Amino acid sequence: MALPKYTEIRYRVWHYIYLIFCAGVFIFLIAPLFVIFPLSFNAEEFLVFSDGMKKLDPDAFSLRWYEDMVYGTKNPWGLAAKNSFIIAIFATLGSIVLGTTAALGLSSRHMPYKGLIMATLISPMIVPLIISGVAIFFFMAKVGLAATHTGIVLAHIILGTPFVVITVTATLSGFDHSVTRAASSLGSDPVNTFMKITLPLILPGVISGGLFAFVTSFDEVVVVLFLAGLENTTIPIQMWTGLREQLSPTILAVATCLIILSTLILVTAELLRRRSERIRGININ
Amino acid sequence: MSSETQKILTTDGIPLEESLKKAEKKNKIKAFLLVCPLLFFIIITYVFPIGDMLFRSVDDRMVTNMLPKTYKAMESWDGKELPEEDVFAAFYQDYKLLIEEKTFGKLATQLNYEKNGFKSILKKLQRKMKKFEEGNYKEQIMDVHKRWANVEYWRAIKRRAPEISYSKYLKGMDLIEDESGSITQVPEDRRIHRVLWLRTLEVAFFVTVFCFLMAYPIAHLLATLPMKYSNLLMICVLLPFWTSLLVRTASWMILLQQQGVVNDFFVWIGLVADDNRPEMMYNKTGTYVAMTQILLPFMVLPLYSVMKTISPSLMRAGKSLGGTPFVAFWKVYFPLTIPGIGAGCLLVFILAIGYYITPALVGGASGTLISNQIAFHMKSTLDWSFASAMGLMLLVGVLAIYWVYNKLVGVDNIKLG
Repeated sequence: MALPKYTEIRYRVWHYIYLIFCAGVFIFLIAPLFVIFPLSFNAEEFLVFSDGMKKLDPDAFSLRWYEDMVYGTKNPWGLAAKNSFIIAIFATLGSIVLGTTAALGLSSRHMPYKGLIMATLISPMIVPLIISGVAIFFFMAKVGLAATHTGIVLAHIILGTPFVVITVTATLSGFDHSVTRAASSLGSDPVNTFMKITLPLILPGVISGGLFAFVTSFDEVVVVLFLAGLENTTIPIQMWTGLREQLSPTILAVATCLIILSTLILVTAELLRRRSERIRGININ
Repeated sequence: MSSETQKILTTDGIPLEESLKKAEKKNKIKAFLLVCPLLFFIIITYVFPIGDMLFRSVDDRMVTNMLPKTYKAMESWDGKELPEEDVFAAFYQDYKLLIEEKTFGKLATQLNYEKNGFKSILKKLQRKMKKFEEGNYKEQIMDVHKRWANVEYWRAIKRRAPEISYSKYLKGMDLIEDESGSITQVPEDRRIHRVLWLRTLEVAFFVTVFCFLMAYPIAHLLATLPMKYSNLLMICVLLPFWTSLLVRTASWMILLQQQGVVNDFFVWIGLVADDNRPEMMYNKTGTYVAMTQILLPFMVLPLYSVMKTISPSLMRAGKSLGGTPFVAFWKVYFPLTIPGIGAGCLLVFILAIGYYITPALVGGASGTLISNQIAFHMKSTLDWSFASAMGLMLLVGVLAIYWVYNKLVGVDNIKLG
């Protein structure tokens, strides 16, 4: 990004203004996440940096909010975490199975009404969540699945499949169909061909779609607020209630754990993206 | 030579064309069968329920079903003078049944929506009806309260006869159908929905503008920096993108509170006095700041993926042909990024227009949006038909935006980063 030596002074000034502005935006994006970190180790109950913390006094820091998160008797975080993981895992599996099969069909050039079907399948991603929430609630209430894990899992499959469909169709767009034809001509049956040839090649797309589905489910609160009963509480619901009533440091401890989780997901997703680009023969440089 | 002799045959003796068609059909069915499970799942659990919302929003059979005999008797009533004895008798029978089923309260609520004052006279009627004698119900009912002798109330009952009603949609736009059947505005102190619609549009518009102004330079920087630096900076965009919405909202609540970091900073640089810290949360400022940061990655990613494909030599060519850097940027670079701008703005605008969680937490009363109102009616007032009507109005708006976008830029340009 170094400027050539002959650059006029006014363009130099503009260039530095541009760089400073960019730095500001990056800070605006990332800094809020780092505020949570130190405050979750606060020894006091207030959500401000105490004088002790500013002086880096060890006594001002403690792990009491993490203890409260894990052992706190009044805190339903344990149940919420269990529910969140169960729901997210089943919703992800469901989304992957349904989404990948549909993507395989959609990327066939023989597929009739491709545009219309694609639009229907990804509509849950386009329609504002609040509307999806209302519609899905009506359905679940009608079939008696409101306030059940099954109902929430199904709702999250609806919201998660569009991501799988999009990422897998994108992976399949660079897919060389002659390899599957070669497998068939060598006597492999379709299921075997899929498991041994197609799946390993599209796996990065499937997993990154699955990650999207997992995060969507794990972070989803609008639809769950309509659907969940007391037994089905999830981490987002607990955070939502906590933030509405009183912002406690325990929430920040939970938030810190969630940031660590999202960092892990980010790293996985990035590694997968690069791998899939390598496989598809796209030179990233 | 006739065309028949030219036909190419396969080894089985079938014309090649036919054989190909057969294979094609088989492939079509195969592809469709693969899509089937998800397609039917989405149609049954998602598309139909949205249709169900449409049905619910206009469904007005509640009162019709509660007063079947009354409406039958009312068919011959012209609505000018008080109805005849048969209508009163039918109403007596219907209402008696409702009292036995203990659902008469619902009728009172529903009719009170139509005309104020029904609740008390229906309650009074319920108490007095126990002592009613057979026959001449008109006299007896009219004796209960003088409002029962007022033709206006009977007209109000008749107005609820149709099974379909658009009143919820009118209510969503602060309109009401008055007694004469013409559509007018509701009294000024009750016009709350139009303000909410306008505020939702305003917030979505400005959040989109802010996101665009902030995302364009950093997307450009990310696309032009060498890979090893841009990868590092990309984390600043992707980490918030993958982080829970509630976590990010929580961090803004901490930052923006009166004793929070942002206010501390303002006091430290001397922008505001320590005892006069501005309220930055529970109002529109909080909504704008938090929503802009939360939606910013959705603008950066499409812009970045478009800018990445623009060759830097184009700008150099522009400059070498005598353009200043600004001219080269404006005439060469900017037009090439328009698909990215379109995709980013569409994504952010549509996400912002349906936003619910962040405004509810940091918005306070003056920062709530239309989605909050829908959720309020779903969870608190339980007026589901009104929530459905508002939801569908929002949906139509979103679809209209898609349609316009598709005409202008084309939906195929949307990428997921």
